[in-house]
Amino acid sequence: MIKFLTKGLLRDRSRSLFPVLVITLTVALVIFTIGFMKGTMNSLFLDTAVILTGHEKIVTRAYNEESQLMPNDLALLDADQLIHDLNQDYPDFFWTPRITFAGLLDVPDENGETQSQGPVIALGIDLLSTNSRQAEIWEMDRVLVEGSLPQSREDALISTKLAEQLDLSVGDPVTFIGSTMDNAFTTYNFNVSGTFNLRKGQTDKQMMLVDLSGARLALDMDNAASAIFGFTHSLYYDDEAAVALRTHYNNTKSDSLDIFSPFMLALRDGNQMGTMVDISGAMIAIMGGIFLVVVMVVLWNMGLMNGLRRYGEVGLRLAMGESKGQVYRSMISEAVIIGLTGTVVGTGIGLALTYYVQENGIDYTKGIEALSNSSMVMPNIFYAQVTPDLYYIGFIPGVLATVLGTMLAGLAVYKREMAQLFKELEI
Amino acid sequence: MISKALLGILLLTTLTSVGKSEEMTASELVKAMDDNLNAKTRVLTSKMIVHGRRSSRTIESRNWVKGIDQAYTVYLAPPREAGTKMLKDGDKLWTYSPQTDRVIQISGHMLRQSVMGSDMSYNDMMEDRPLTDLYEATVEGSEMIDGRKHWILFLEAKVKGLSYPKRRAWVDSEYLLPMKEELYAKSGKLLKSTSMDGIKKVQDRWFPTRYIFKDELKKNSKGTEWIIDDIAFDTDIPDSRFEKAMLRK
Repeated sequence: MIKFLTKGLLRDRSRSLFPVLVITLTVALVIFTIGFMKGTMNSLFLDTAVILTGHEKIVTRAYNEESQLMPNDLALLDADQLIHDLNQDYPDFFWTPRITFAGLLDVPDENGETQSQGPVIALGIDLLSTNSRQAEIWEMDRVLVEGSLPQSREDALISTKLAEQLDLSVGDPVTFIGSTMDNAFTTYNFNVSGTFNLRKGQTDKQMMLVDLSGARLALDMDNAASAIFGFTHSLYYDDEAAVALRTHYNNTKSDSLDIFSPFMLALRDGNQMGTMVDISGAMIAIMGGIFLVVVMVVLWNMGLMNGLRRYGEVGLRLAMGESKGQVYRSMISEAVIIGLTGTVVGTGIGLALTYYVQENGIDYTKGIEALSNSSMVMPNIFYAQVTPDLYYIGFIPGVLATVLGTMLAGLAVYKREMAQLFKELEI
Repeated sequence: MISKALLGILLLTTLTSVGKSEEMTASELVKAMDDNLNAKTRVLTSKMIVHGRRSSRTIESRNWVKGIDQAYTVYLAPPREAGTKMLKDGDKLWTYSPQTDRVIQISGHMLRQSVMGSDMSYNDMMEDRPLTDLYEATVEGSEMIDGRKHWILFLEAKVKGLSYPKRRAWVDSEYLLPMKEELYAKSGKLLKSTSMDGIKKVQDRWFPTRYIFKDELKKNSKGTEWIIDDIAFDTDIPDSRFEKAMLRK
């Protein structure tokens, strides 16, 4: 039967090719639009996550209370064991230590005397470990302007804005002046191995990136970390899962009476990100929903029109003795075949397009430079995101709407009276 | 007989000094405090016990101080701080760290930072000018603390740019030392509090052997103790001690 119907569809292009093309294009558009919206929102979150919050972040309870002051005397101790446990307990994430510190950067002249000095906000990130994904998530190949990535713990990357302010070049020595985690005075020599530009407005104005081992030595923070950041392996932020994990961790691993007990924060818990996450979720739902409804109406209408267009053919088949049920079922079967074909092809095209934009992105650098502020880190390149729901969401308009449209049009079959048929067909 | 005579002399001395402080004006009390605390030169070895929120650290140092403008400090312990040197010359402050082999001038907002993680800032350390030159004092009253009479002095800045434009001191009527002080911002907000004890007679002056500093803006701060192990006043210190070249030696 299916073979018979398929043959019919292939031989009558007006019944197959055009509807399949419409469904294919529509489904591809639905998938790409939803994927792009999700990807764009994820790009927004990922940039904030990489620099400030992680998808999950673990700090001590006391550090969380005073996080604006970067209180490294309240840092996490025995960080390696903590990360080992996190990797075992929560394998869906990769966990990495981070030291955030501030102080002065002193540039010496040829006699070793102070030539220039300026405030610096430094991040100690794990750049040198073999399996570290930090260079990847910071997109170092893209943001590095001059020089090379740190090769040793003495190497530092300086933002182009800070380098310009202090008149620094690649290869210059600089001395960090600040406080250890015991609040003792500390100085530490770094070598500028390269300069970077995050291209996110003023975010990196005073920023220096060093390897975690250098930060630990400079601040006397052996096996300690300001925070441990967690990221999903796909780098896609799933708010519901993140909140569930945070709640579970805090209920089972954190002691509310111990101010040095580890405490987990989801991305939505920091820097007013909760509102952003909620707004973006609502926006995707509303925009996606409206788009889906519009597309469904279009395909429904197409199914309806197809049914009505075949008014004469249906009459002839009934006149020739086919039962109403047979005709109705064959029409629906055809709609299912057309819907499925168009949806499968459309899903394939939509996913391919989404994947391409996921990997390559669309560059909006100039517009974003003007919009960036310090509380929310804005991305410059927007990426789409292939998510599991994109594999099936096309079936709602592609198959369901087409079949429903055909079912509605097909109801007319049952209203036809045999007595009227011959008159209608002028036989 | 001898002990009775000694007791008599001690009683007479006490009564004389108490009687003397009863007659003193606010400005005389401030000058007496300055005379006790300041000297032409000072050489001292001290320990600073910094009570952190997780642990306490003891930092040992030796200081040479000349007048109000020059000071040189060498840190002796713990190992991480040992060899670090600081030189103050007028309104300039340099530090030398053996780890980086750099002489760095500390200026600007860094002067408001804590010294070695203590409750004292570099500005606190730099300020050696006599109180008489900086503040107008008024006597607010008196109070008995641990059975000893203390004058309560309120000091208000008469020069601009001080870290603490207002301060209140509880001055022991015998020692003529500010046993307890509260240091305020211009708005009246309490910034720091200090206290001293272990008063000893050193070269004809009363001098505390222990200070306690507390940064009132630091949440849960347990304060910093500064214990003076030995101190000598008005000894000769060569000028070379305060040369920048000394930092690298």
